Amino acid sequence: MLILFIFNLLIYFRYTIIKAESVNFLDLLWKVFVAGLLTTIISLVIRFIFNILGSGALAKNILIINFFYHLNIGLVLAFLISTFVAWKRLILYQKSKWLISTWRIYEYALTGGLLFNLLGYGMFEIPFNIVFSILVLMALVLSFNLKWVAYLNFKQKWKSILFIILVLIYLSYFFLNLVRYSDENQLAIDLINDVYVLSLFTFIFSYSVIAVLVILFNLPTSSVFEKKLEEVVSFQRLSQSIPSGKNEDQVYEILLDSSVSAVFADAAWIEIIDKKGNTAKVHANNLDEEKIPEIKEQVREKEIRQIFTSEFIRESAKVSNFTGTLKGGAYKSVLACPVLSKSEHVATLVLLKEVSDGFDREMVGIIETFVNQTSISIENFRLLNEAIKNERYKEELKIATRVQKSLLPEKLNGNGKIDISAFSEAADEVGGDYYDIFNYSENRIALVIGDVSGKGTSAAFNMSQMKGIFHSLVQLDLSPKEFMINANSALSRCLERSSFITLAFYIIDFEKKTVEFSRAGHSPTLYYRHKSKRADFFETKGMGLGILRNNEFHKYVEVNEFQYNPGDIIVLYTDGITEATNAAKDEYGYARLKDSLERHAEHPPELIQKGLVEDLYKFSDEKTMGDDHSLLRVKFK
Amino acid sequence: MVEIEEKTKDDMLQLVVVGEVDASSSIYLDNAIRNAMESGNLKILVDCTGLNYISSAGLGVFMSYLEDFKERGVRFVVCGLQEKVNHVFELLGLENLLKIVATQREAEAYLNGTQA
Repeated sequence: MLILFIFNLLIYFRYTIIKAESVNFLDLLWKVFVAGLLTTIISLVIRFIFNILGSGALAKNILIINFFYHLNIGLVLAFLISTFVAWKRLILYQKSKWLISTWRIYEYALTGGLLFNLLGYGMFEIPFNIVFSILVLMALVLSFNLKWVAYLNFKQKWKSILFIILVLIYLSYFFLNLVRYSDENQLAIDLINDVYVLSLFTFIFSYSVIAVLVILFNLPTSSVFEKKLEEVVSFQRLSQSIPSGKNEDQVYEILLDSSVSAVFADAAWIEIIDKKGNTAKVHANNLDEEKIPEIKEQVREKEIRQIFTSEFIRESAKVSNFTGTLKGGAYKSVLACPVLSKSEHVATLVLLKEVSDGFDREMVGIIETFVNQTSISIENFRLLNEAIKNERYKEELKIATRVQKSLLPEKLNGNGKIDISAFSEAADEVGGDYYDIFNYSENRIALVIGDVSGKGTSAAFNMSQMKGIFHSLVQLDLSPKEFMINANSALSRCLERSSFITLAFYIIDFEKKTVEFSRAGHSPTLYYRHKSKRADFFETKGMGLGILRNNEFHKYVEVNEFQYNPGDIIVLYTDGITEATNAAKDEYGYARLKDSLERHAEHPPELIQKGLVEDLYKFSDEKTMGDDHSLLRVKFK
Repeated sequence: MVEIEEKTKDDMLQLVVVGEVDASSSIYLDNAIRNAMESGNLKILVDCTGLNYISSAGLGVFMSYLEDFKERGVRFVVCGLQEKVNHVFELLGLENLLKIVATQREAEAYLNGTQA
């Protein structure tokens, strides 16, 4: 019966008493205390009834005595077991593997003790003593697990001591009560002879006593522990100030507040320095901002004297800590600490105390860690801002890419007389390759391909200038030579000295079936003859535009003309194609381009270009192409 | 990448260019030529025997000093161009404006006026 009762209690309390966590140690103790109080009151009431009954026959009735006794032990057991579970929670706070297994053994041993009772050994018999002493020994060992004590603050510690002492009083009272019953009366069950209950008593008692002592001894150090905890929290606040969307000013304020409370400074300020080295902003704590220059002056005088007496020599007055004492004025000691971000001095923290020599080495250390954390936060903050800015630049570049793509003709109209297609890729977001087409009339068109020296943004700007020049000049219906001379003249006025543009200009006459062309430094035209099934480069002379910026340019303009036949192909391209390299740094070169054309030339027009580009990318990785590359393919009908 | 070594031989300033001159490394070539010119030396030789590749930006560097050379009366010669590199100079028509010779001896002879 009793055993079943105990098991039920064990199971009940195991589920009702919550796990010990740093917040509810006191709750746990409070519950134990209340349970003890209730038990005590009820047990007192029982005693009171007995007293009223006095020495009447009823009081001598064994049945009645046993009834009340059982009520009493039921309550006491309930209290013992609830306390046992509560203590268990406390012991297992921040448990280790070893602790868990020890505890488990202890619990099994206790259960074993419960079953041992069935054997009916009485108190002080040898087997009883053996089992009892084993259980007591284990209880003592386990009683030294008191990690939770460290997490109580000063006030909580006092409360805990009070609760536990009261619990001890209840325990003593219950124990004495049981002993008295045992001595006075004839009982159905005598708990004093129960090894389980006795062990429980001893365990709870010893843990309580040790807890009280430990808490007592921990009282003086609790303020230090609290201090450390506060530092950790400040530290966290500093490091978490970035993701929570705080700005730099707020980070500095957190630094100021944390520092002041960490070293008990009487006053402090933080001075934020802008890029030019001037004070941009001052946050003061418990200090009139007007007093700052005065204090700074005192520091400076002090510093000069110290250097003078060569007490210490500092590399740079700007970038190291300064601790010192001040004379005159309200503050007697000062600690100044610079905040650095990427070795740039971004702020100065100054702490003041009314006592002299107020900052010891440990305090300086704490402030240094705070300042370092602030530096990291500020750096992260700036990096984040930079990243956002970069993101915006990227967007801008995307726009630039789109705009530049639109500078190249979307559709190439060959008046139905030629099959024409183009392909162009920039190495960067924007590039300097250019091609265009112009229809003079039904039977005459102009084609142009150009490559601006360099690449990237500057090339892209010059490319757009080239487009402007092409469209102005082409409408004048100039001969290729005139076109080149005028383009050179215009570009000589537009381009910076080290830039030039290579260009090839073609006028195709469908009536005469002729192509008239001029090459200004551009890669030689690749021409495929359908008849011979062979391709060749036109090795003509010519100078790039913008190189010779005087009236001698015309000397270097050469114009050539040839007849075309249906099925012939012209390939216009930029040097990004012939100069594309593979992993072994070999160039794609003219021969490969020529071979590629000869291989694909007799395919349907749309496949020719596909084949040419595929061959190129097979040789050179598309992603690592170092230069802008374009290709324009014209097939005559 | 490019490495440019500066040497003086008699009254000549020699720039030995080794590596690749592309859009990013053309700045080194530019600096070297500017320094050579600003040193006041009137005879500058660029030895390109070790030059494997030159991009349009690199050519632009040579081009941008042509007028300065003329103005200051600097004799400027490029020698030892590899075939591939020479082709790039030729395509652009720079050989018309720039003295380009095959060997260093020829270049020295040109600078010393023993050969026109």
